[in-house]
Amino acid sequence: MANPLRRRSPLDISPGAKVVSYVLLVFWAFVVLFPLYWLAITSLKLPIDVDKGPYYLPFVDFQPTLAAWRNILIDLGNDTLRPYMNTVVVGLSSAVIALVMGAAAAYALVRFTYRPRIGLIALGAVCVAGAYGAVLAGVPWQVAVVSGVAVFALLAQGIARRFRRTLANDDIAFWLISQRILPPIAVVIPLYVLFQQVGLLDTQLALVMTYVATNLPIVVWLMRDYFAALPIELEEAAAVDGASVYRIVRSVVLPIAVPGLVATFLITLIFAWNEYLIALILSSAKAQTMPLLVAAQDATRGPQWWAMSVLVLIMIVPVIVMAIVLERYISRGILVGAVKG
Amino acid sequence: MASSGRPLDLDPRGVTPPHVTRGPRLHRRAIDSLGGWRSDGAARWVFIWPSVVIILFLSIFPLVASLTLSFSKLVFAKGRIEVDFVGLQNFQILLFGTERTHLLGLLKPPTPLGWVVFGLGAALVARTLLTSLTRSRVRPIGAVLRVAGAVALSGLLWLVIQTLFSEGGRPGSLVVTIVYVLAGILVQFLLGLGLAILAVQPLRGRRFFRVVFLLPLTITPIGVGYMFRMMTDTGKGPLEPVFGLLGMGQFTWVTDPWAARIAVIIGDAWQWTPFVFIVLLAALEGLDQEIREAAFVDGASHWQIFRHITIPAILPVSTTIVLIRLIEGFKIVDMPNILTGGGPGTATQSLTLQAYLDWRTLNLGRSAAIAYILLLLVTVIATAYVGWARGRIRRI
Repeated sequence: MANPLRRRSPLDISPGAKVVSYVLLVFWAFVVLFPLYWLAITSLKLPIDVDKGPYYLPFVDFQPTLAAWRNILIDLGNDTLRPYMNTVVVGLSSAVIALVMGAAAAYALVRFTYRPRIGLIALGAVCVAGAYGAVLAGVPWQVAVVSGVAVFALLAQGIARRFRRTLANDDIAFWLISQRILPPIAVVIPLYVLFQQVGLLDTQLALVMTYVATNLPIVVWLMRDYFAALPIELEEAAAVDGASVYRIVRSVVLPIAVPGLVATFLITLIFAWNEYLIALILSSAKAQTMPLLVAAQDATRGPQWWAMSVLVLIMIVPVIVMAIVLERYISRGILVGAVKG
Repeated sequence: MASSGRPLDLDPRGVTPPHVTRGPRLHRRAIDSLGGWRSDGAARWVFIWPSVVIILFLSIFPLVASLTLSFSKLVFAKGRIEVDFVGLQNFQILLFGTERTHLLGLLKPPTPLGWVVFGLGAALVARTLLTSLTRSRVRPIGAVLRVAGAVALSGLLWLVIQTLFSEGGRPGSLVVTIVYVLAGILVQFLLGLGLAILAVQPLRGRRFFRVVFLLPLTITPIGVGYMFRMMTDTGKGPLEPVFGLLGMGQFTWVTDPWAARIAVIIGDAWQWTPFVFIVLLAALEGLDQEIREAAFVDGASHWQIFRHITIPAILPVSTTIVLIRLIEGFKIVDMPNILTGGGPGTATQSLTLQAYLDWRTLNLGRSAAIAYILLLLVTVIATAYVGWARGRIRRI
């Protein structure tokens, strides 16, 4: 394709519109890249160059130095490597787990019909409140939890059958997303107590569990829309051919939902990768993640811009690599020709 | 809440392709009888229970515990910390006591323009309420909840009008948060949609642009906060010549409330536009190209294809993304905290930042109370939004 303005499909836009598109694309790319460029050259500056005023071009305005990079990567190498590995492990595992669980739940909410009984839910809420009240009154939490579950199981068999009113899939979905409304600041202290009780403070497992739980609602909501947009005929055809539901999901649904899956995975990964407040409370030394290290550069001596820039840059490299690798899967053509009348 | 529990309903939200939902009933029955995979007993539970269990496990306890906290006060006795039950005291201080102007702002009678805006807004709420009550059969409880929601929304609007459209009124953190959220969603959605539309065009180098556009999202929010502090520095920041040219060399954002708020909104938009962008990009790429080519062959214009094929197809995911940004936007904290420190005074403080500052000074009870006010507010707004959006999707 020698001429980038040539039309290749009847749906292609006109050459004039293409020029306008390029102008807009380049403009926004500049808006995005300029702050990052500033970050990059700040990481090459000495404190005095940052302080004395805006210098734009290395070698012209100021003499670049690798002092900040050397400090972060070599002098403090081990203190950087551990949070870095924690971020990688926690981010990747929580994103994969949340994607698998969330996509399954989203598919179920799109294709199956659920009718949870209001009576059972109310009973569950009463049992939780009772158990919580018992803990406040001084009963050990293990006893309270076990007896709460037992009471629920007993009553669910008898009483709850009488209540016929039910909720629907939409209500389950709304309940899931509503769990993201409370700001993290309100949940971190209870979470701290929770993980302290089960002895998981300052472990990667605690962070992975929390991030899976906080990111699941977003996965479910995004994947629900992507799944609902898929043509149901393919699944029906597979069902007619005798495929089981697992087989249909694995061989039919997931392959054509790849753009949505990739976009959702990237978002979940980024959320877990960058989360600050929960990591601040749940981890201290062993499981510390990178955002804590970035925030720590603004401690007692004012913001250490150069060190902060280095940390932010090394933090985004893996995510960008992953975005470059995965970007090709967010593209058209997978569905074309799949459904022919 | 609208529900459709009929077993034959293929998709409760009515977003399956038109030929399925609008097809004759007989067709639906036929599909259902052979769609045995959709009633597989084990799969129904295997698919959804893991998610429900982990969310229950990690959300119920914090939810109940912070509710308890919001009714209590920490007392530092010798060598230990006591949690005293104080009833509604935290809420009383916030809503009627010494923290009232901090949270709600300075309330003054509206200007004539304020009355007009309030009248229009209230009329809109009333109309939406009436349609939702008459559109489908509504149970008594549903009707009561809807009326309560409409009253709450009108009250909220009245608060906004009294602080923003009045002589001498000043917004508190609640109204400032609403401003952040509304302005943020508007800017981010329009920019994200525009960029996604540009990036699906078969242009050379679009892969480069796609990855570049994603970049702001990949930076940790704290990092973005510090980055924008560098950008907005009128003395040593890279935009110093621009500020100088505008005669703002001595200007600091922290002196003017609205300038500081706009700086926060810009920083927030820079970071979160890519989120809207990537979700809509995936939705646009998932569209069936053939339908649009067929429409084009039949003589539809670009605008008609966009209006009648593309928009309906991406509408469900658009409403979802607005909902997610609504919920996340109300929790905005890092950008105002790092960029302006909440200043000048408390002008750029969001609800979560106010809760965070109380939390930092170990006023955990009041912090939890603010969080619960936020929870209540967002629940009302999100429920109203979801109900409204469902109505829109059905009608298209």
